[in-house]
Amino acid sequence: MAEPSIDQIEKVITDSLVTFGADRDAISRDAELDALDVDSLDLAELSQIIEENFGVELSSNDVSEIKTVGDAIDIVAERAK
Amino acid sequence: MTGGEPQQRPAGSCALVTGASRGIGAAIAIALAADGWPVAVNYRSSVEGATATVAVIAAAGGHAVAIQGDVSDPAVPDRLLGAVREQLGPLAVVVNNAGLRADGLALSLSDEDWQRVLDTNLGATYRLTRAVLREMIRARFGRVINIASVIGPRANAGQANYAASKAAVIAFTKTAAVEVARRGVTINAVAPGLIETEMTEGIPPDLSARIPAQRAGRPEEVADAVAFLASERASYITATTLYVDGGLSA
Repeated sequence: MAEPSIDQIEKVITDSLVTFGADRDAISRDAELDALDVDSLDLAELSQIIEENFGVELSSNDVSEIKTVGDAIDIVAERAK
Repeated sequence: MTGGEPQQRPAGSCALVTGASRGIGAAIAIALAADGWPVAVNYRSSVEGATATVAVIAAAGGHAVAIQGDVSDPAVPDRLLGAVREQLGPLAVVVNNAGLRADGLALSLSDEDWQRVLDTNLGATYRLTRAVLREMIRARFGRVINIASVIGPRANAGQANYAASKAAVIAFTKTAAVEVARRGVTINAVAPGLIETEMTEGIPPDLSARIPAQRAGRPEEVADAVAFLASERASYITATTLYVDGGLSA
């Protein structure tokens, strides 16, 4: 699988969060997932979407470290290299 | 609120019934097929029974395939689900029916009889549900129906292991259901009472005197309840236990 660009990762994550009910205008790198009402079920589904799109498997420990949208983008970018 | 509207069953999706070579499982597979579901008839050892279930479904104009797999083996759920998807398509309904009993007084049950009843009745239900929920939450539609029992909520001397496993299935059902409810996935339990099957052979006949309906139930009566819970009509029913017991649990 080709290494994805940051823009591609950001788009997949942002679109997913919107699907889960987050306000698109409130989503930024610094936005905290709690503030976006993203919970553990959403993160479990986001992990699946990330795996399908980028071939990156996130463990439950990895997911527990993700606090902001930027955290999610960065860990996927790092693991997809 | 982000739960969304009730979804229709996904086109081309199918149902899986574990332990469907005979008894209640076979009746459930037949009832789901009559409702238009392509059905995977899972069996552990009785290929004859599974083949017979598939033949009944085919004769009625339905579509089913028999797929072997001992669901008490932790390695089986992923393989089983893969086989079902390959042969019938995405899974929208899973009925965790496979179960066994190994009776004995609590004071004399062997560790082996305790563990194998828990592994099949509870462990398999958990592992198969876990494996299928990932797919169901993405589809925004899913029906998991776990076959429990009136034994568990009620005592029955000689069945401490079975009762513990079935009470745990009900507890598991409730908690798992609330975790995924907003994704359009329902998880419910059906608790049969005394049903005329090979599995209930040997249970004292005087039990029927304690049943308000004054008779044992038929597998088809349990199957109808399961088919309802699997349908779009049951979209707002989740985390509950439907007793099919002639009033025994009242």
